[in-house]
Amino acid sequence: MTGQTGTGLRGRHLLGIADLAAEEITLVLDTAEAMKEVAARPIKKVPTLRGKTIVNLFYEPSTRTRTSFEIAEKRLSADTLNIAVSTSSVVKGETLADTVMNLEAMAPDMIVMRHASSGACHLLARICRARVINAGDGMHEHPTQALLDAFTIREHKGRLAGLKVAIVGDLLHSRVFRSNLLLLHKMGAEVWVSAPPTLQPPGLDRLGARVTSSVDEAVRDADVVMLLRIQLERMQGNFFPSLREYFTVFGMTPERFSLAKPDAILMHPGPMNRGVEISSDVADGSRSVILEQVANGVAVRMAVLYLLAGGSADEA
Amino acid sequence: MRLLLKNGRVVDPVNRLDGERDVLVADGVVALVGHDLPADGARVVEVPRGTVVVPGLVDMHVHLREPGQEHKETIATGTAAAVAGGFTAVACMPNTVPVNDQASVTEFILQRAAEAGLARVYPIGAVSRGSKGEHLAEIGELKLAGCVAVSDDGHPVATALLMRRALEYAGMFDMPVIDHCEDPSLKGDGVAHEGFNAARLGLRGIPGQAEEIMVERDVTLAGMTGAAVHVAHLSSRGSLRAVRDGKARGIRVTCEVTPHHFTLTDDALEGYDTNVKMNPPLREALDVEALVEGLADGSVDVIATDHAPHHHDEKHVEFDHAPFGIVGLETAVSLTFDRLVHRGTVGIARMVELLSTNPARILRIPGGHLSPGAVADITILAPDLTVRVDAARLRSRSKNTPFGGWTLRGGVAATIVGGRMLYTNPDVPGIEALRA
Repeated sequence: MTGQTGTGLRGRHLLGIADLAAEEITLVLDTAEAMKEVAARPIKKVPTLRGKTIVNLFYEPSTRTRTSFEIAEKRLSADTLNIAVSTSSVVKGETLADTVMNLEAMAPDMIVMRHASSGACHLLARICRARVINAGDGMHEHPTQALLDAFTIREHKGRLAGLKVAIVGDLLHSRVFRSNLLLLHKMGAEVWVSAPPTLQPPGLDRLGARVTSSVDEAVRDADVVMLLRIQLERMQGNFFPSLREYFTVFGMTPERFSLAKPDAILMHPGPMNRGVEISSDVADGSRSVILEQVANGVAVRMAVLYLLAGGSADEA
Repeated sequence: MRLLLKNGRVVDPVNRLDGERDVLVADGVVALVGHDLPADGARVVEVPRGTVVVPGLVDMHVHLREPGQEHKETIATGTAAAVAGGFTAVACMPNTVPVNDQASVTEFILQRAAEAGLARVYPIGAVSRGSKGEHLAEIGELKLAGCVAVSDDGHPVATALLMRRALEYAGMFDMPVIDHCEDPSLKGDGVAHEGFNAARLGLRGIPGQAEEIMVERDVTLAGMTGAAVHVAHLSSRGSLRAVRDGKARGIRVTCEVTPHHFTLTDDALEGYDTNVKMNPPLREALDVEALVEGLADGSVDVIATDHAPHHHDEKHVEFDHAPFGIVGLETAVSLTFDRLVHRGTVGIARMVELLSTNPARILRIPGGHLSPGAVADITILAPDLTVRVDAARLRSRSKNTPFGGWTLRGGVAATIVGGRMLYTNPDVPGIEALRA
């Protein structure tokens, strides 16, 4: 470990970056460094959460996040149970509260939940005894994604404070964006955001963002360029005229990316729409860290699970 | 039966009265208001010191849920909540199941209200059949059956043409059209006020302009037709500006504001409590300031609760999935005292205008004043009573209030309908004598 004298996280749950102090974010990132070493071992397993039961309750389809949590849980020796919406009682009309009360009867220690409604995990946290980890709620937050993004940035840049980070894409509907903006702002980075006005939520400046409709302005001299997925179903909402035009005005091309610092890294939470928000040249380029984000996701989620279970950074 | 209320502070803005008087009630009407009235065989009761005798309060916007959704509220439970909240009369919106778009539904509501025998109930009929916004309901028949206004509340009157026709046609019967002002396309599938808080919490927004566009439309059409339009649950500063402008131009437009809209801002969304999910949504501090100013300066005509009971199970879900609305009958007086009167925004006379005189005048129903011959609907207020809101003890069948646990200054001492004592508050010293 890195010598941090952590004592775990203050809250019982991880519902969002909004609830974390800067020191807690640093604690998670430091702990994740230790956890990352586990992945390098021949036997990628430690007994830390042996005997703990963790339910992965996914009300929305997700491959990347669910798999990442599941691997993290197994590497910590927890017993895991996956519940997907298509096989759950929800299709029979059961409410979230009823589902959770039934799960509670089986005494899980933690519930990792993905849900299409913002604040659903707040409801969960109010009604269950288990610790709750938000794996993405509606348009609200996706805290472990922001933590793994921060971890990846810190690996490459050695710090978060003082960096210029440009975030481009669908800001309005993105929980990844909200968590990243909150985290990066708390950690002292300068966050520039760019999107068509139709995809900008109000009050971005109050959340600490510098807002521009010019991608070039956002990207110029950036240390980090982070792209957000354009959800194809948004086309129905008249947020922009066409995917083709979106790529012309906001797409990340090699020319645009060259406005960033020469050592800038390129990030994307996935899944990518090639030719919409990003060109393949950039996505597969040498400065793309997209697959590193995925790899780091496991370490960061191990850290979060471990710390919420009551572990401290010193023991990790 | 005769009752003489002795030496109470009587406030009646219609009769420009604010002072110690006796009120003599005989056979369900106010017989006399004056000094040292002779008992003449009436039962004499001393009004407790510190309380205020006012014309019975009228809530012109409630949802009683019967027929069709009796698990949320019935006419009996809703009117019990009304009298406990100081209301002697309520006007109930037509979005029942079935919709009150025909005389038989109106008659059923009136029959149930008579059986309950509590607050007076004035049904509001639908503007359009099924409140679907397509064809006018039989407004004349609704009037004959006892409806006092028409509204498609829960939905806006869908098109400008239908609104024009409704104003023209209902105007013939001297009935106001009450509109739930909201542009459906701008509201979309929003669940909270579009602003910083919704953005931060990831909630889909409903901009203030969704309301304002419809208020502007309705003011324009009221001007065109000469008929009376009443804006329900006005929530945004832009809407208030439109109403003010309309009034200044002599257009027959009135509006109401709810206690939750002048009390709470969208800051209350933090934590995703579904008891702060209402439509229109709680707005920003600037809107609340504007509403309070409008309540003080006369631009706002009425305080109405938009009492919207929902069963616990329906609210105990994700924020997106919860229905809009809160109960309001039993907290309105306390919130008005605490947030408006005790902060010096309005005096008790103005409070009476907002909660009694004006709603009665707009609906053209009895009450709203204590002139001799008026119905003996009387509310006795306790301005300095400390009230702790306990959701579990509400008389409404539903308990969906965001004010549970709040301590407020000001409440209701007693409610008298047609000369009958229907509610006395045991927490007010001396008030039980009225019931004896």
